[in-house]
Amino acid sequence: MKRTSAVLAWVDQRFPLSATWKTHLSEYYAPKNFNFWYYFGSLALFVLVLQIVTGIFLTIHYKPDANLAFASVEYIMRDVSGGWLIRYLHSTGASMFFIVVYLHMFRGLMYGSYRKPRELVWLFGMGIYLCLMGEAFFGYLLPWGQMSYWGAQVIVNLFGAIPFVGPDLALWIRGDYVVSDATLNRFFAFHVIAMPLVLLGLVAVHLVALHEVGSNNPDGIEIKKHKDPKTGIPLDGIPFHPYYTVKDIVGVVVFLAVFSVIVFFAPEVGGYFLEHNNFIPADSLKTPPHIAPVWYFTPFYAMLRAVTYPLFGIDAKFWGVVIMGLAVLIFCALPWLDRGKVKSVRYRGPVFKAALALFVVSFLWLGYLGTEAPTPLTTTLSQILTAVYFAFFLLMPWYTKIDKTKPEPERVTG
Amino acid sequence: MSDKQQVDKSKRRFLIATTGALGGVAAVATAVPFVMSMTPSQRARAAGAPVEVDIGKIEPGMMLTIEWRGKPVWIVHRTQEMLGKLSGIKERLNDPDSQKPMQPAYAKNDARSIKPDFLVVVGICTHLGCSPTAKFKLGADEGMAQDWPGGFLCPCHGSLFDLAGRVYKHMPAPDNLEIPPYKYLSDTRLIIGEDTKGA
Repeated sequence: MKRTSAVLAWVDQRFPLSATWKTHLSEYYAPKNFNFWYYFGSLALFVLVLQIVTGIFLTIHYKPDANLAFASVEYIMRDVSGGWLIRYLHSTGASMFFIVVYLHMFRGLMYGSYRKPRELVWLFGMGIYLCLMGEAFFGYLLPWGQMSYWGAQVIVNLFGAIPFVGPDLALWIRGDYVVSDATLNRFFAFHVIAMPLVLLGLVAVHLVALHEVGSNNPDGIEIKKHKDPKTGIPLDGIPFHPYYTVKDIVGVVVFLAVFSVIVFFAPEVGGYFLEHNNFIPADSLKTPPHIAPVWYFTPFYAMLRAVTYPLFGIDAKFWGVVIMGLAVLIFCALPWLDRGKVKSVRYRGPVFKAALALFVVSFLWLGYLGTEAPTPLTTTLSQILTAVYFAFFLLMPWYTKIDKTKPEPERVTG
Repeated sequence: MSDKQQVDKSKRRFLIATTGALGGVAAVATAVPFVMSMTPSQRARAAGAPVEVDIGKIEPGMMLTIEWRGKPVWIVHRTQEMLGKLSGIKERLNDPDSQKPMQPAYAKNDARSIKPDFLVVVGICTHLGCSPTAKFKLGADEGMAQDWPGGFLCPCHGSLFDLAGRVYKHMPAPDNLEIPPYKYLSDTRLIIGEDTKGA
């Protein structure tokens, strides 16, 4: 014991090991009333590690070459010992990453976690979300199946819709006149090096910013308002370690149980996690009769398809891209759109609750429509739901202000 | 620094500003080769040779897909019935007279082709680059509307095109399908990617 503390002291004089441990774990005081919704942050971190580890092992066997890529994935699935497991962990991990992140974001919406003083926590989080979308998109090309190919074709062409610079920009991204070997090779570089580095940096600043301002909680009140006069510790705070580390480990165990069921019994999840058409090698001459992105992009894809009218003399195509981009980026404006007196949905009035419910319905329904083949009916429905989606944000300054809120408690209610 | 221990602040600001500006110029200049490295390589630029096709074996009402510059090019042998449908739907089209430069001058006509019987068109949707599906049967047989006169449906975002590759109104796709440069070498032989202008 004496030996270990001597070693620790030696390290601490040269690197703030104990201080870092204390700031971020043993003396980071989190509100004591965290509930179910607070599992998803740590789960996201867990899935990130899982994706990095499984990803490294996949790159050991994968070949980023248009002539070899599809076969190398099949090789991993059939001939590499345990390769199927590593690949399914990675593909399932991608979808689960989005499930966890969407639930994590919804938690933020419910409890007003984006509100002052946590605006930067929210913005860094949005950065992580955007990065994750990029990571998912680049990674999806790598198996070089039909959906990989045509999905990449569509998304790269989105940039081509930007007036003036668009076509050259799309050409620059592809590195060829069509999606080709050049595209595959660079997407591999983005997927395994560039994006993960940015992602890790963003996760670090997300956590540093969070630990600076302190965690929100289901009551949406600041625990730092009531501190123990002697110690300066928030009265409603408990140290993150051991209380929440242990709680989060339970969360990871339950998550892994669900995760394993998917990996071992239904890794394709009926074509939602791994699309059927992606088991056909890429064919640049033939688009599959029905193409849709993976489920986590479908709400935005439905909005892209919903825009069919030109405006101000610019094609509908450009406005579709604008709507799709805004639908993602508008989350960044939330801290400044919300004028409510209270943060948590617990003390909000009926108008906010209705707006949030409508928003969730529009998001899920758009997600469903995005997986379906386009018909006039689905297009009209998507247009209505896109309006509902944007109304949630654009009318927020108004309806959060007039809403009849309940008084917040002084201390957390458990 | 002199004995007076005083800092000449304006001199320091000037030095910081000029060093910063020059450093910025150097950083941008260094970025240029990296950015340029992502443009199509010389090999990709060179791979655009014209393609010769035998169209003699395409039955009336059938379509042949060939690859040119990595893209699908369709050659549709249109029947008289198919050609007859082209004029009746003009008011439903976005650019019925092919005003936008999506075709060479010799294909700027009602059938958008050199010889009306054969449509030669790049099978890439002008929306986001999917390849549309042929829906040649009239009416609802192939899941289209009752009054469908035959044409193409893009599976990605539902854009509709007629049998001359002209886009319908209020579709995600803004333009008609592109007609590539081509010419007839004989009655049954086509060359795609090259025309009589000599290019």
